[in-house]
Amino acid sequence: MSIFNIFDVAGSGMSAQSTRLNVTASNMANASTVASSADTVYRARQPIFEAAMQQASHQQQSVPVLIAGIVESDKPMMAEYNPNHPLADGDGYIYKPNVNVVEEMANMISATRSYQANVQLASAAKDMAQQTLRLGKG
Amino acid sequence: MAISFDKALGIHQHSMGVRAERAEVLSSNIANADTPGYKARELDFEQALAGATQRQSFGLSRSHDKHFDVNIDPQPGLLYRTPMHPDTGDGNTVDLQTERNMFMQNTLEYQMSLGFLDGKFAGMKKAIRGD
Repeated sequence: MSIFNIFDVAGSGMSAQSTRLNVTASNMANASTVASSADTVYRARQPIFEAAMQQASHQQQSVPVLIAGIVESDKPMMAEYNPNHPLADGDGYIYKPNVNVVEEMANMISATRSYQANVQLASAAKDMAQQTLRLGKG
Repeated sequence: MAISFDKALGIHQHSMGVRAERAEVLSSNIANADTPGYKARELDFEQALAGATQRQSFGLSRSHDKHFDVNIDPQPGLLYRTPMHPDTGDGNTVDLQTERNMFMQNTLEYQMSLGFLDGKFAGMKKAIRGD
C-alpha cells in the first residue's frame, strides 16, 4: 500500500535530518573548546546522506534516505599563540577546532527546514489515508 | 443483475492508485533533498495510468530455497526529472520548492479522485435503498 510507504520515507527523512541537526549542535557546542595538540582537538563532523536504493533501483518507487556514516572534517585546525593558557603546548600554542560557526548556522537552518518538509509530508499522507478510510461513508 | 464494481467505478479507482504511487515518488524526492548524487524522479501519469488499467505482473514460483526470487512488477512511467537549475556541485537534482508544490497538487488530485469515487458509492447506495 503505497500511502503507508510515505510514512517510512518521511520518517527516514526526519531521522536523517535530526541526526544532521544533532551533529550540528555538537559542532556548535564544541566550537570554542581548546586542546594542547592538533590531534586531540575536536574536529567538525558531518553526516553523509545516502539514498537507500535497493535492487532494481530504477523501478523502486519509494527511496528512503539513510545515514551512511559521520565523517570528521580534514580542514586544518586553528593554532593560536597564547602562552598564558593552561593548555598551551611547549611552544605556547593552543589548538581550536576547525568548526566554522557560520557554516554550522546555515546547516542548522537547512536541516530544520528539511525536517519541516518531511513532517508536512507525513501529515499530508495521514490526511490522504484518513480520507481514503472514510470513502463511501458520506 | 449484479453490480460490476469494475464498471461502476470506472477509471477513478486506477487514477487514485497512480496518484498514491506518485505521492510516494514525490515524497522520496523530498526526503532525499539533501542526499548527494540523488536524482529527482517523476511518474509519467499517462504511462502509469495505462499500466495500472492493464496491470500485468508475473513471478516465478519457488520450489527450492536456492531458486531465485523473481518477481517482475513493472512500473511504467517512472522517469528522472530534467533539472531546471545547474548542478550545485553535489549531483543532487531535487528542487525542494517544486517537489513540495507537486506533492500538494498531487494530494489535491488524489482528493479529487476520492471525491469522484465517493460520488459513485453514494449513487450506488441510493440505487440500493431506492428512496
